[in-house]
Amino acid sequence: MIATRSSEALLQVSGLSVHFATRRPWFRSPPPPVRAVHDVSFEVASREIVGLVGESGSGKSTLARAILRLIEATSGSVRFDGVELLGLEGRSLNDMRRGMQVIFQDPFASLNPRMTAGQNIAEGLVLQGQDASAIRAAVADLLQQVGLPGDAANRYPHEFSGGQRQRIGIARALAVHPRLIVADEPVSALDMSIQAQILNLLLDKQEQRGLALLFIGHDLSVIRHFCDRVMVLYLGSIVESGPTEEVFSNPRHPYTRALIDAAPVAHPARRRARSALSGDPPSRISTAAGCAFRSRCAHAIDACSAATPPLRQVTADHLAACIRDGIA
Amino acid sequence: MTTELAAAELAASGPGVSEPVLSLRDLAVEFAIPGKAFRAVDGVTLDVFRGRTVALVGESGSGKSVTIQSVMRLLKSPARIAAGEILFRGRDGRRRDLARLDEREMRAIRGNDIGLIFQEPMTSLNPLLKVGVQIAQAIRLHRPVSAREAKSEAVQLLRQVEIGDAAERAAQYPHQLSGGMRQRVMIAMALACRPMLLLADEPTTALDVTVQAQILRLLRSLQEQLGMGVLFVTHNLGVVAEIADEVAVMYGGQIVESAPVENLFDRPLHPYTRALLASLPDADAPHRPQRRLAVMPGQVVDPRHMPPGCRFEPRCALAIGACRASPPAIARAAAARTVRCSRWSDA
Repeated sequence: MIATRSSEALLQVSGLSVHFATRRPWFRSPPPPVRAVHDVSFEVASREIVGLVGESGSGKSTLARAILRLIEATSGSVRFDGVELLGLEGRSLNDMRRGMQVIFQDPFASLNPRMTAGQNIAEGLVLQGQDASAIRAAVADLLQQVGLPGDAANRYPHEFSGGQRQRIGIARALAVHPRLIVADEPVSALDMSIQAQILNLLLDKQEQRGLALLFIGHDLSVIRHFCDRVMVLYLGSIVESGPTEEVFSNPRHPYTRALIDAAPVAHPARRRARSALSGDPPSRISTAAGCAFRSRCAHAIDACSAATPPLRQVTADHLAACIRDGIA
Repeated sequence: MTTELAAAELAASGPGVSEPVLSLRDLAVEFAIPGKAFRAVDGVTLDVFRGRTVALVGESGSGKSVTIQSVMRLLKSPARIAAGEILFRGRDGRRRDLARLDEREMRAIRGNDIGLIFQEPMTSLNPLLKVGVQIAQAIRLHRPVSAREAKSEAVQLLRQVEIGDAAERAAQYPHQLSGGMRQRVMIAMALACRPMLLLADEPTTALDVTVQAQILRLLRSLQEQLGMGVLFVTHNLGVVAEIADEVAVMYGGQIVESAPVENLFDRPLHPYTRALLASLPDADAPHRPQRRLAVMPGQVVDPRHMPPGCRFEPRCALAIGACRASPPAIARAAAARTVRCSRWSDA
């Protein structure tokens, strides 16, 4: 458990699991559920930028959706500003949700194509029952804040480029004055020259409004630039977490090491004859004991299949779930 | 591109190989939409030599994928080759202009002299056939071998692309394989006829980084073994740094800069290349990087609404009046380097 910073935590996730039942085959006992997210605990302090990195199938988007109550968690606890969100319903859930907004990867799919950019941005304000002139003023202000022209309010999402649509998505999230934004791969679908624009915009808003950010991504270079702390997710569990620079310069889990080594270099002179990790991530259906990474790990020993390794402290704020020392 | 340098290097390795396997000369591809026709590719010239990898890098709408589709003659109406030559030297040593071949002649070259791999292997593999059968079919389409020989060659090819338990994998269907494994099968199929040229259209974009690293390493080692030329299309400069010998940077349907890969990353000349490299987060910087990234303003140019002068001018920090007035000529900045900018030396 990570319980070192609870006094200042804005978001407190503990023991969160999301299991999906798989279909029961004819005349056979039901297979074990898919453990998309399993026993995940972490905290995000206010004004903090926390990165969540993992490959496809690692459960990073499922985790984000469970925190936002877009899907239901199987067990565990999610506290936002001290209030338990799991089990909250109706009006009180909506009130809490205002404090946490989400930006999705695909700005093409996350805006309503039948509503103008202005209506998309204003939706949260309309639900709050604000009056029309206040909303109009707020939308104009938001458009300016995200670097879009004022006449953008009356145009429809398809009239914008990908980067502009992501700006609309950000304005929409900012509209209700959240304290936490979950950004799920916010730049992965954008062109190279647009990514930096959107990342800097997010950073500006984070600083100006004192936002906390949970930044989900698979691009390590972006995560390293952006985040105060980083968590590495493998097959639904956190295998390493800590201050970004420490995790990058001194990774303690072999999977983190492999991710860092697999990232493309920034200059051809730095090409390395690296030991690329072999194999693809295995299926999550296996519930056998032991380290989930051991099938791909070059350092696995017999003890790795005996029990699932717990997160151990490397330094005060740096944790890794590996029983071996000094290998990564 | 980079004709002199590559030619000099290859001349040392013996006669007959110093000719490029592929030469594009002023290639133009037009989308012939009545009243709204535009050129998605406009004046592309480049050379690919055997044993070398040329990366064609660009953002959406830059024309990089259209370029590769026109080499394979896979353009669909309303896109058509409007001008230029696609000179290809096949296994028989003859040089042909692919832009002028008919579909029957093209079919003999596609998959035979030229292999192709795509971004999404699942859409290019037949879901109803075992992968070994599909590879064997590709072999028999171009070579008179027995079904049994083709089948054992297929297993051999799967081994060559480093698939473990190749014989068992050959008997599996595409859906039983992981994404990385499917891309390996695609590569095996593309290599079935020992092509002179491999066209790769974002082959690692849909893959996770760890699998991407495996596939890039595999492509490099296969190229060394087989000596084929590779034209590699990508939007990712990190992938370029990993795989390319030479780079052509595309913007708005044109190559704006071409150079040997080390030179490009050491000293980019075109303002677009420079701004792009400056805006990328550096994954392996020795120290904690600056949080704020350098930003290139504006939007990616829309090929339907090209500016009259330099296509990068609206976003360029160095632009002057002349840049708006007329398109810049291609300057030869060094022996193996070209740059489509009139101000590259002023920066």
